[in-house]
Amino acid sequence: MAEVALAEPRDLPVGPTGRRGLGSWGVATLIASEAALFSYLLFAYYYTGAIASPGWLLEPNPSLKLALPNTILLLASSLAAWWGERGILTSRRTQALLGFAAAFIMGAVFSLVQLQEWHSKPYSIGDNSYASLYFVTTGIHMAHVLVGLLVLSALFIWTVLDYFSPRRRLTVTAGVFYWHFVDLIWLFVFTTYYLTPYLGFAK
Amino acid sequence: MNAANVRTPAVGIDSVAQQARLVGLWDTAPGLKGFLTTVDHKQIGIRYIVTAFIFLALGGIEALVMRLQLAGPNLSLLTPDQYNQLFSTHGMTMIFLYASPILSGFSNYLWPLLLGSRDMAFPRLNALSYWIYLAAGIFLYAGFLTGNGPNDGWFNYVPLASRAYNPGLNEDFYSLGMVFLGISTTVGAANFIVTAMRMRAPGMSLNRMPILIWGTLTASVANLIVVPAVSLAFLMLWMDRQFGTHFFDPAGGGQPLLWQHLFWIFGHPWVYAIVLPAMGMVSDGLPVFCRRPVVGYSVLALSTVATMILGFGVWVHHMFATGLPGLGLSFFSGASIAITIPSAVAVFAWLATIWLGRPVITTAFLFFSSMILLFVIGGVSGFMTASVPVDWQLTDTYFVVAHIHYVLVGINVFPVVGAVYFWFPKMTGKLLDERLGRWNFWTMFIGFNLAFLPMHLTGLLGMPRRVYTYADGMGWDTLNLITSVGSFILAIGVLLLFINVIRSLKVGATAGDNPWDAPTLEWSVPSPPPSYNFAVIPTVASRHPLWEDRLQEQGEGKSSLTRGMLLVEGKETIGTSALDAAPDMIFEMPEDTFAPLLLTIALSVVFVGLLLKSWIAVTAGCLLIGLGLLAWMWPRRQLREREPTPGDAATESSHG
Repeated sequence: MAEVALAEPRDLPVGPTGRRGLGSWGVATLIASEAALFSYLLFAYYYTGAIASPGWLLEPNPSLKLALPNTILLLASSLAAWWGERGILTSRRTQALLGFAAAFIMGAVFSLVQLQEWHSKPYSIGDNSYASLYFVTTGIHMAHVLVGLLVLSALFIWTVLDYFSPRRRLTVTAGVFYWHFVDLIWLFVFTTYYLTPYLGFAK
Repeated sequence: MNAANVRTPAVGIDSVAQQARLVGLWDTAPGLKGFLTTVDHKQIGIRYIVTAFIFLALGGIEALVMRLQLAGPNLSLLTPDQYNQLFSTHGMTMIFLYASPILSGFSNYLWPLLLGSRDMAFPRLNALSYWIYLAAGIFLYAGFLTGNGPNDGWFNYVPLASRAYNPGLNEDFYSLGMVFLGISTTVGAANFIVTAMRMRAPGMSLNRMPILIWGTLTASVANLIVVPAVSLAFLMLWMDRQFGTHFFDPAGGGQPLLWQHLFWIFGHPWVYAIVLPAMGMVSDGLPVFCRRPVVGYSVLALSTVATMILGFGVWVHHMFATGLPGLGLSFFSGASIAITIPSAVAVFAWLATIWLGRPVITTAFLFFSSMILLFVIGGVSGFMTASVPVDWQLTDTYFVVAHIHYVLVGINVFPVVGAVYFWFPKMTGKLLDERLGRWNFWTMFIGFNLAFLPMHLTGLLGMPRRVYTYADGMGWDTLNLITSVGSFILAIGVLLLFINVIRSLKVGATAGDNPWDAPTLEWSVPSPPPSYNFAVIPTVASRHPLWEDRLQEQGEGKSSLTRGMLLVEGKETIGTSALDAAPDMIFEMPEDTFAPLLLTIALSVVFVGLLLKSWIAVTAGCLLIGLGLLAWMWPRRQLREREPTPGDAATESSHG
């Protein structure tokens, strides 16, 4: 008879440790699903735009005056959040608080500028399918920014309460990961709506 | 509570004292509070199964009413509008509220038991997934019961579904309800994926997972990626209807075909998502009654994955008649034909298992093996319509209706009923009555084939689907009457199942731990299993831990079932690495909580608010959701999500 194969492990970490734990898998699946959602939104744009009649683009040369600096601001907020996470990893609580606060403020400013951007558009959501796609895609992205702001403020509060250490910080890593995703996906939205018209798409 | 950050799990044997300690840690409180707060995957799984069967019965009654209307030409039992709502609600019910949730139910119940784990990866998410399913089902049916059921078919094409042609609330109920239900499917899928990757018993490497795990895992990956497509489509439709957007409106530069693309990008992978886990049930259940391991385990697992991958690239075969360019049609036609290859692999594996085994004829065996036949019939008619010119001839006729029923009843309902006969003893400790079971099987089998085999001919003779009546003298009268008679026989068969279940719960023979002498881990624990599933964490050395003595095949020794890690320092289970399942972490599992139910109620407020355009309700609901998520995610010491800080009390609320 064969020998009994019994797992007798040595020391194992108890609960989420570092960036390892069920939470990191959970947020990865969430992001996979959200990324799929945005890819369908962009598919809808490219599909509709590719077979649209001329004049479909209501703003053939979208103004980058607000959108470009705003995009840079949002990407910079990712950097701030990363720097805040570094603060947790190195047990520098002030750095963490500053990082999360800075990311929050940049994200909030991005949202306000985006509101202004919506307001300044010469068309409204019901004008044609381009306008519908623009407002719904950027609107869904905005909903994600708002969730991200909620996450950043929660991380700020929990850091004030001194919940985290380099060992117990999966919540921070997962939250910052989500914020990176929100920022990265904007790059795709921005490229699609603000840059591809300059490359001649749908003109 | 042991606050150590690192621990060597104690190893010991299953004992009464060990079990008593686990009961204290894992049992759900009795009474209403326990009912509303439980995160036990077994209770959630049974709720899923019961709810899904209730929807099966509702969808079945809808079908019977339609079959009365269609039993003869020029009947007027139903008005055209009633008929539209009935066939649409029948499709919605069977596809979204029965076929997928029933498999989620079985997988929820079985997964941790098959995997040698004490629970799913995210028990609270599991409860949330069920509650949202229930709430979304009630939401969708609220529309139907108030005369506002969906009325453009389950795939709901624009422009018919747009407001200009469909001014009632029907499509708004359907659109919002589907977005709501999508949340349940998505969080459920995430839970299955993480569970399969992290919660397997030590030693259960990927190539030792039961095929059911492969099936549900593959389906879950698909769901995670494709459900957003249909949620987005329904959101766009609702906005087109209520806010004057033009996604699908050609007058505003929109594309009606965008609806079809988004719907079928979801819809076709979804079809595989509601059959692959059921095929997994057959792959795991059938061999038990053939008294041998399944033939071709590896190719079965690979063909499951291959089916899904190809399944992402076949959606346009639902759109062959829409005037798309020929080159595109050829590609999707080719992919649709190629997908029969992995399906055929599964069929031959099952046939070889029966051929090489010593079949024991039980009711479960009959359901599992008859599925092979029904699958082949449904597969051949699918193969036929994968060819563009044949599809042009057959699309929108009853041939397609026959095809979808052979596929969905054949590969979903038959394996599921087989699974009831197979796993009911594990869930309840009682055996189902075999004599009644034979009546159950033969009534269903004869009724089903009587109803749907002639329907192919009805379609070939040109009868269009989705018409509320037909003229006589078209050659369709007798065929329709046969189908109606067959549908009632099928319904009697399903009724016999329900009778058998209710009767056996009371007077069924005691099952024991392993009534079928089956090889996998769920049969090593008592029937019904205790709340903690496994008193000690088993170590797995082969695909058939309970058949090792007789098989003496692969594996590095013998599985250890009664001696293993104790993990009684808290509500704990073991985490293992994704590929070879080596223990790498001790997981702290959450306690029972009201949070999933409360979050579902908040979500319901939002969706009802959206339907009624009550922005106060929507805002209030969103605030509640935000607060609920904050409470849910609040780092808790019991789950080791945060450091204990000096001065913290040692106790902590178990809810959050």
